[in-house]
Amino acid sequence: MAELMYWQGILRAHDEEMARDPLVFAMGEDIGVAGGTYKATSGLFAKYGEQRVIDTPISENSYTGIGVGAAMLGARPIVEIMSVNFAWLAMDQLMNNAAKIHYMSGGRIRCPFVMRVPGGTAHQLGAQHSARMEKVFMGVSGLRVVTPATPRDAYGLLKSAVRSDDPVVIIEHESMYNLKGEVPDDEFFTPLEGVEIMRPGKDVSIFAYNISVHWALDAAKKLASEYGIDAEVIDLRALKPLDRAGIAASVRKTHHAIIVEEDEAPVGVGSEVMAIINEECFFDLDAAPVRVHALDIPIPYNHRLEKAAIPNAGDVIAAVRKMFGR
Amino acid sequence: MDATDQKRLLREMLFARRFEERCAEAYHERQIGGFLHLYPGEEACAIGVLEKAQTGSDYVVTGYRDHIHAIKSGMDPKALMAELFGKEAGCSKGRGGSMHLFDPDVHFMGGYALVGGPFPLAAGFAKAIQLRGGQEISICFLGDGANNQGTFHETMNMASLWKLPVLFICENNLYGIGTAIERSTVEINQYKRVAPYGIEAAQCDGQDIDIVMAHAEKAVNYVREQRKPYFLELMTYRLRGHSMSDSGAYRSKEEVEEWAQRDPIGIYKRRLVEAGVLTEDEFHAMDKAVQDEIENEVVRYAIECPEPRVEDVARYVYTEGGNNHG
Repeated sequence: MAELMYWQGILRAHDEEMARDPLVFAMGEDIGVAGGTYKATSGLFAKYGEQRVIDTPISENSYTGIGVGAAMLGARPIVEIMSVNFAWLAMDQLMNNAAKIHYMSGGRIRCPFVMRVPGGTAHQLGAQHSARMEKVFMGVSGLRVVTPATPRDAYGLLKSAVRSDDPVVIIEHESMYNLKGEVPDDEFFTPLEGVEIMRPGKDVSIFAYNISVHWALDAAKKLASEYGIDAEVIDLRALKPLDRAGIAASVRKTHHAIIVEEDEAPVGVGSEVMAIINEECFFDLDAAPVRVHALDIPIPYNHRLEKAAIPNAGDVIAAVRKMFGR
Repeated sequence: MDATDQKRLLREMLFARRFEERCAEAYHERQIGGFLHLYPGEEACAIGVLEKAQTGSDYVVTGYRDHIHAIKSGMDPKALMAELFGKEAGCSKGRGGSMHLFDPDVHFMGGYALVGGPFPLAAGFAKAIQLRGGQEISICFLGDGANNQGTFHETMNMASLWKLPVLFICENNLYGIGTAIERSTVEINQYKRVAPYGIEAAQCDGQDIDIVMAHAEKAVNYVREQRKPYFLELMTYRLRGHSMSDSGAYRSKEEVEEWAQRDPIGIYKRRLVEAGVLTEDEFHAMDKAVQDEIENEVVRYAIECPEPRVEDVARYVYTEGGNNHG
């Protein structure tokens, strides 16, 4: 088993899928000659040429639409949006066309379209480069939304997304491209649905996704060693559709739930998971579920203010301790 | 073109006219719901252009005024009317409606409601054709109003840059919904607006089907042989309002009457009568036959076929097997 960085997992998935199927192609800003802002497409231009590794002009909505159109004819585009913030510009093509075409054609036209978006808050990038847009994508019927927390899933989710006949948005994280982790040498596919138990535990379920999985894992370690609390860390991984059964199963075991998200709370992953817990297993709870989340503000530039805006492992620990009175 | 084909073309335009008028009746009877945008006055555009395309092979896309483009592309009018009546036998299984007709079997790739949304889709079809190495072309019909969207400029740039085989047909009916073109647009000659993108373009009368066909033949051949985009502007006029809820009060009676004199069916019928291809009596018989066919075959079918089952309401959100891979 090789240790790869997050970006290398993404690159490997691109390479394998492009080698296998001549109708798989990649497009986005600076992904070709420049190799991609986060290197996730480096070397592909030389290997597959400009017809299949396309440097686009800065026209997010229309190159997204070109990908959607190509997908409707059976090609398999992997469209990279350089930063998730720019995906706002592509919303018409993504939401009105990609997400709806299969349904509104009565199942007659498929849209095997993949959009990769580096998201999240990195370091002092300011309000227009720090968006977390999962709440937007997961609110639209017809899309699949997944988000890898590890190099393994960065590889496996892209593999699955390319093979899926549904439109898939993959939310990556700008701060995680150099994260290292083990990736099996043999080809594999991470399912586009279902949660993954990252750390089994019996006392409290900590639901997380993307970068917050790492905060949760750090918190779980300390909770075990310093406070004797055995936390179960669940990587939600697929945000649309959410795995109701997987969420409920963990809560039924631990009877306590914390949801950790890098996004601000209103209308978000946390509120949705909390609704599912209420609907599925309210009477299994021993305490009211708690959300750990960002402040509901545009992300500020100043590093202290930025740090204050988003949660961290310490906030998770504090929330669990409060829940258990320890 | 021989007399048989000339009479066929006249009948197609007449069928289009009577089909749309019958839709208006059904709308008033509430058999058709939603928004309904009809094509009377513009028949020579879709029928003339697509007469010179390889329908069934070339890919066609348009906006929401899409009935006649669908029929001329090869869609069964019965499946179209059934769709308007919201039936399971409709071309989109009753999930689409007037603005969302689809028939991938004949490469009619849809009607779309967002003005300008199909520009990138059409370029995407061409991208897929390019990747497959096919000889088909992509044909995009939109109105003058669409050319004030960003997708127009973004797509023209990329289609030209990447040599995508797309024929853009601008049906310039002089109004963007209810606003006159000179009140919304600096350059009212739409074909001039693609010159900065290095796209060949022409403008012609859209009311005389012989003129439309002559220009369309040249345009289609250009795109098919040169494998790059072409832009053809057809000067036309809708004799009805923008949609059923629009009385068209923003246009003078004199203007409407002036254009009614240039009705494409009238122009072509007079030409055929003068050439001795058709008599007035034959024309009236043709008209009656068309109306009988619409009533006895098309409308009856739409009335009699069943509605979708309510238990299937969530079908087609995702493809079956959208989460299966490997």
